Amino acid sequence: MPDIQPYLILSATLFVIGAAGVVARRNAIIVFMSIELMLNSVNLSLVAFSAQLGDVTGQILVFFVMTVAAAEAAIGLAIVIALFRRKQTLNLDEINILKW
Amino acid sequence: MTLESVIFSVLAASAVGSALLVVTRRNPVMSALYLIVNFFCLAGLYLTLHAQFIAIIQILVYAGAIMVLFVFVIMLLNLGDERKLSDGVSWKKIVAAGFCAALLMEFVYILIYSEPSPAVMSASMATEIGTVEYIGSQLFTKFLFPFEITSLILTAAIVGAIVLAKRKLD
Repeated sequence: MPDIQPYLILSATLFVIGAAGVVARRNAIIVFMSIELMLNSVNLSLVAFSAQLGDVTGQILVFFVMTVAAAEAAIGLAIVIALFRRKQTLNLDEINILKW
Repeated sequence: MTLESVIFSVLAASAVGSALLVVTRRNPVMSALYLIVNFFCLAGLYLTLHAQFIAIIQILVYAGAIMVLFVFVIMLLNLGDERKLSDGVSWKKIVAAGFCAALLMEFVYILIYSEPSPAVMSASMATEIGTVEYIGSQLFTKFLFPFEITSLILTAAIVGAIVLAKRKLD
């Protein structure tokens, strides 16, 4: 069995890149894709731990994360379409009704 | 270097590279395409961890279904004012990048200096665990209730997506 430490470091790197995308980008769709990146990096950690511990629970959790990600993508993109129809922009600085 | 570590290095480098390209490209279409590359790299990494089922699902669900939805919406919206949207480098972005770098340092420090627990299973056992047969049997016995709950989530998502994207509620 391969050592899982490199996998965990890779997972942390991908997670941080995704987080940087979320906080630095202003395009709603790219922020959304960065969130997908973060979800995927956590999946990689779960599969690595599952492989090390010999327990299938991690892989089943990844399966559920993917289900939730699919639901989230459908809802999120519907919100993006509704927002664009209303404000004609995807710039998150201009979508600020709920910000103080 | 063994073959396994060479494969891991190549996949890891392309995963990090494509992830960086996802968050730095101006055009959302390019971001989406690099995200697909990233998903394929991750599927390869799952294969190196003997998780065949998850690797296939990764390609089918993520690269197949979710990214098609993304590309579809990007094309549908047809963003004309993309130049205006992608602002240049501001102090906010530099601070954000600094915080992210600090977070990464923290993660790497913890992971490198923590005591690694020994692997408790052999490679043949790992191959057995990742199969469709084993995951399916566990999913329909031990994890039956969460599995049924996901159907509820998907139904709620379908209804929610239709309600949100509808032009006007009658």
